[in-house]
Amino acid sequence: METVTLTPRAQPELYIDAENVTPDAFAGKSAAEIEAIHVHEGNQTQMLGDYFTVSGKGGATAAETRIVINGDVVRVKYLGMRMTAGEIEIKGSADMYVGAWMEGGKIHVTGSVDAFAGTGMKGGDLIIDGNAGNYLGAAYRGDWRGMQSGTIRVKGNAGSDIGTFMNGGTIIIEGDVDVHVGTHAEGGTIIVKGNGKSKIGGQMVKGDIYVFGTIDVMMPGYIYRKDVDLEVDGTKATFAHYEGDMGERHGKRKGQVIYGNIYQKY
Amino acid sequence: MAEYLIKNGFVFDPVLGINGDKTDIAIKDGKIVESTALSSATVIDAAGKTVMAGGVDVHAHVAGPKVNAGRNFRPEDKLFTYESGKGVRRMAGGFSVPTTFKTGYSYARMGYTTVMEAAMPPLYARHTHEEMRDTPIIDEGAYPVFGNNWFVLEYLKNNEVENTAAYISWLLRTTKGYAVKIVNPGGTEAWGWGLNCNSVHDPVPYFDITPAQIMKGLMEANEYLKLPHSIHIHTNNLGNPGNYETTLDTFKLFEGEKPKDEFGRQQVMHHTHVQFHSYGGDNWGNMESKADTIMDYVNAHDNLTIDIGQVTLDETTTMTADGPFEHHLTELNHLKWTNRDVELETCAGIVPYVYSPNIKVCGIQWAIGLELALLAKDHMRVHLTTDHPNAGPFTRYPRVMKWLMSQKAREAQLDAMKWGDKVRGQSLISGIDRELSLYEIAMMTRAGTAKCLGLAHMYGSLKPGLEGDVAVYDYNPETADDPEQIERAFGNAAYLFKAGEMVVKDGEILSNGRKRTLWVDVKVKENPQVMRDVTEKFLKYYTVTQANYEVHEEGYIRNPYRIEVDATQ
Repeated sequence: METVTLTPRAQPELYIDAENVTPDAFAGKSAAEIEAIHVHEGNQTQMLGDYFTVSGKGGATAAETRIVINGDVVRVKYLGMRMTAGEIEIKGSADMYVGAWMEGGKIHVTGSVDAFAGTGMKGGDLIIDGNAGNYLGAAYRGDWRGMQSGTIRVKGNAGSDIGTFMNGGTIIIEGDVDVHVGTHAEGGTIIVKGNGKSKIGGQMVKGDIYVFGTIDVMMPGYIYRKDVDLEVDGTKATFAHYEGDMGERHGKRKGQVIYGNIYQKY
Repeated sequence: MAEYLIKNGFVFDPVLGINGDKTDIAIKDGKIVESTALSSATVIDAAGKTVMAGGVDVHAHVAGPKVNAGRNFRPEDKLFTYESGKGVRRMAGGFSVPTTFKTGYSYARMGYTTVMEAAMPPLYARHTHEEMRDTPIIDEGAYPVFGNNWFVLEYLKNNEVENTAAYISWLLRTTKGYAVKIVNPGGTEAWGWGLNCNSVHDPVPYFDITPAQIMKGLMEANEYLKLPHSIHIHTNNLGNPGNYETTLDTFKLFEGEKPKDEFGRQQVMHHTHVQFHSYGGDNWGNMESKADTIMDYVNAHDNLTIDIGQVTLDETTTMTADGPFEHHLTELNHLKWTNRDVELETCAGIVPYVYSPNIKVCGIQWAIGLELALLAKDHMRVHLTTDHPNAGPFTRYPRVMKWLMSQKAREAQLDAMKWGDKVRGQSLISGIDRELSLYEIAMMTRAGTAKCLGLAHMYGSLKPGLEGDVAVYDYNPETADDPEQIERAFGNAAYLFKAGEMVVKDGEILSNGRKRTLWVDVKVKENPQVMRDVTEKFLKYYTVTQANYEVHEEGYIRNPYRIEVDATQ
């Protein structure tokens, strides 16, 4: 595997759209070619080399390419957007849309990310050591196809509207979350190891939400069923099982109605 | 103005009977002329290329409140599809509901020069005209909807055809409309009561009239007015298994009727997007194609025209004044839905839809549209549409042409479907080896549509005296062997001339053209009763005053083009 290292030289004056910073775009390119890749700052088209010192080179394919971003890039959006394979390591914090619509490979952020990380994600792993903003693993505005597959792990806290319209995949938040978790979900798993607030699983049709800490306000559309013993992300415990959202349509499988599930740890 | 001589192209013009002969086409002062009339023409080398008149689309939803609501309603439809502006071209984007600019550019790139907006709610005519004004290049007209209008329902209930005609005349002039559109006659009004009209004989609640009476009455009024286009019908029971019988019942209402216009059209009714109206069976499991039964009827009766409403197997945005149908659709796919009632006039709904090649019903729908065109005997009466954006975006016309012109391409598409064998079993497509010629495609997209609209004196042919609308495609009918070439060539015109001006060259937009808006001004005898009824309804029911209703030519319309008709005799 070849490594390309991007070292930020100066913070851009405006925010930049770096949708071409992916193993797919870097594969087969030399450092000089990578410096010439276009990014957008405001309405201007610039080159990646205007903001970063590039060293190393891309591998033969995306899968054989690893990108290391050496420092904070809090004014850079869309890192790893639509990547299909390979690795990105961001040694610092990044702006919005990290790993949006990613299909494969791995992104590791040692700092925090802003909103819309993992939007419409279809596969791969997104690991954030710090905190995540709002709309983590959610659908794009207006779309009904949120996160489809893959895994997002946030070691800190996350904001609101996590996993909106989620259809599959797993989101694990080791800290706390804000309001609106798994709204309109039709599949997938969300694990919150800290505390939740209100509007958890609102309008959920299908899928599982696990909360280890407190829930400020339980949605009225959920009904307590029974206590269950489960192992969730390595933790064995007893959980209270709720089914809902009773206000939504629900499909049937083998004569059984399918509901969304909320499991709260005792 | 510039003169052009388009030399040595393979010309297809069904009006002149030119079928691929190498003929030179001359343009001067915005019109087609004899080449002897040129003095200092720019010569365009069209050797090895196909030359046709500019395309004329008889039915698409490209402007107006529901199109705009569709744009607002689907931000995800615009994701990754924006192109920045360049030269004269403005920033444009969207896929199934493109921006006004993209609409104009995309049609021009396909060699189309005239497009009809197929449903204009009269109350929102101002909005519709504002959007058409902002759509570059293409000439446009809009059909106001009449099939659920309270004036029409009340007059026709009492058999007052002359009053209906006077009202149509007033509304066309007030809204600057082009033709009489009918959508789910009576059913859209019934939807206000949570009901629908599923056959042409279901009574409309409160009004005590049937869809059959509405359609027949509007046809009589349309012929009384001698309008350039016939009534334009989307009949009841759209999109339901078994609905081909409703469609035949609708056709049969007009048996023996003859057109009375002076514009050269031969039909008394145009039935739109017939694909959605040709389903057999009684549920989604046994739904099957009845395209053969429908086409047997159409082929045997020359007083009607149809368009196909081809499903293109894309993700799209359905939008129609058939409010109950949109509710039915959102119950089916559980995607987002919006619905709007338009006072005394009509309503509309919008639902996104994915025509997936992995869904059997979508495959059968795809097959039916093609079958309608392939079973047609007279392509002057069977037009190519996708009911944009309902069965797919208009930008797929070149792909539809590919399927119509190549059995190999059709079989490849069937093979790519998950339930291809079931689709073959419940449709006729596999048994049809017909491949349409460019001559027939020119009928379906130009000559026939222009005639059907009563615009054969302006468009649809390369006859001297007609508008200088000419499309040149990089397609050599003598050597072409790959069906993909059809789609490529017809989606990227080598040249397009609009009213004598070169607006497209090698797929790039050179000019925003001088688009016109066509509307019909039909003069009738003074009718104080109808004028009193209009005043009274505005005072009593409308949320706007009559003074705030009219679309004025100045301000709302760029280059208005008035077609005058005298119905006072």
